[in-house]
Amino acid sequence: MTTGTATTTPIMITSRTMFDDFLIRAALAGIGVALAAGPLGSFVVWRRMAYFGDATSHAAILGVALALALDLPVGLGTLAVALAMAVTVATLAARGWAMDTTLGVLAHAALAIGLVAVSFVPGARGDLSAWLFGDILAVSKADLAFIWGGAALVLGLILWRWSALLTATLNEDLAAASGLNPNRERLILTLALALTVAVALKVVGALLIAAMLIIPAATARGLARSPETMAALAAVVGGAAVLGGLGLSLGADTPAGPSIIAVAALAFALSVSLGALRRGG
Amino acid sequence: MTAALIEARHICVQLGTQEVLHDISLQVAPGEIVTILGPNGSGKSTLLRALLGIVPITRGKVLRRAGLRLGYMPQKLHIDRTMPLTARRFLSLPLRHDRAETDAMLARVGVPEVAERPMTGLSGGQLQRVLLARALLTRPDLLVLDEPTQGLDQPGEAAFYQLIDEVRRDSGAAVLMVSHDLHVVMSASDRVICLNGHICCEGTPRVVSSAPEYRALFGLGTKGALALYQHDHDHDHTHDHGHSHDHPHHDHEQDHV
Repeated sequence: MTTGTATTTPIMITSRTMFDDFLIRAALAGIGVALAAGPLGSFVVWRRMAYFGDATSHAAILGVALALALDLPVGLGTLAVALAMAVTVATLAARGWAMDTTLGVLAHAALAIGLVAVSFVPGARGDLSAWLFGDILAVSKADLAFIWGGAALVLGLILWRWSALLTATLNEDLAAASGLNPNRERLILTLALALTVAVALKVVGALLIAAMLIIPAATARGLARSPETMAALAAVVGGAAVLGGLGLSLGADTPAGPSIIAVAALAFALSVSLGALRRGG
Repeated sequence: MTAALIEARHICVQLGTQEVLHDISLQVAPGEIVTILGPNGSGKSTLLRALLGIVPITRGKVLRRAGLRLGYMPQKLHIDRTMPLTARRFLSLPLRHDRAETDAMLARVGVPEVAERPMTGLSGGQLQRVLLARALLTRPDLLVLDEPTQGLDQPGEAAFYQLIDEVRRDSGAAVLMVSHDLHVVMSASDRVICLNGHICCEGTPRVVSSAPEYRALFGLGTKGALALYQHDHDHDHTHDHGHSHDHPHHDHEQDHV
């Protein structure tokens, strides 16, 4: 028996890759999300779209329910419903609806209806907290591919349109006078937001996706002197929060998704204090 | 066929259900300074924005000379405090300009010291100058300025108009600007267009200031401010244009001037 084990173990190790370790998959998934959420989150902060992010990410739960009911991939369902919500919100905003109230209604309605819909899907009820708060420790190789593919797409979109997005965010009239189309830039951000929601669902869950967008960007704001450094720093802060949160989760047996956000919030508090100290001194 | 840099032909603009501009035709020739005057709510900014393609026109068309380079200075620029943006970085949006170029332009408009300062920390006068610098960096054939002295005090205003006049002389750019300042503008413009939803009258400052339509809108001399309150809504000048208009003239606000 002992000799048999000794001969099989080395073979198993050589066939394994680093992706077989659930912790490494979790870290890579979180970092992938942070890389996309940092720069996109900076635009969310600059454009004061925080509640917009909430509405879109809460709609993801409804996407989960639909995907499970129709036997479609969850990522696809989430993406479709998040995109529909993002486009709805953007359209209503363009028509001059009172956004504070409209988003408050849409964000909570999407969440409530999503939760009701999930309760109809057999077997999904038990996983509810995974959809709400993420299940980063259960990320599979396929999930990882989806997350990195989506994150790369979001980053690519933002890098490709960077100057135009920045100009349109600053002032739509200036952008239009420079020959840009502010509506197109807004649509690109909307699309990137829906993609990020779909990608981040598994990692931090529907309730905390908006936090992953906003907190790292807000943390970076205090330390950055240009839009570029703010976006890059937000990605770094998000990545560090992922690693710190996973460490906390392992060490103290806390839920991983909320731990990541808690670490990000701590970083934010430090950044604000640092900024206040610097101004005072 | 036309030497004009930009030309509007019978354009109409509707915002919501209201027709804000009706049957506007105008041209700007190379090198000239054209000022659009009118009370608040008369559609001045909307006219500029329609010419620039920022708001859609419902009728008519806007023609630009091929390859026309525009420099635009908006009426207001609110920058969210959450965006870290130095004046230098702002000048490179959306097109990059190198350090030497931005430094030279900031010096040209009289604020060389603000390059590395955040946009949200600039004074009103500095911000206006940085906005002008950004408009000039495109090496425009036509500068479009929407109330460029908004928020400046009287000496600041005079200095700013002088600066505009200087840069125009350097660059040879034409200027199309909106103002509701009667005196400074009248002396600095080649041509004035008096707007109140439609073009009431236009011509050289002297011609316009003696036109009955202009007097009806602005009154005379120092009584201009007062005259706005007493504006005669029924003034008739349809003979000038060969069109009739039935929209009321009472939409300007009383806090004007």
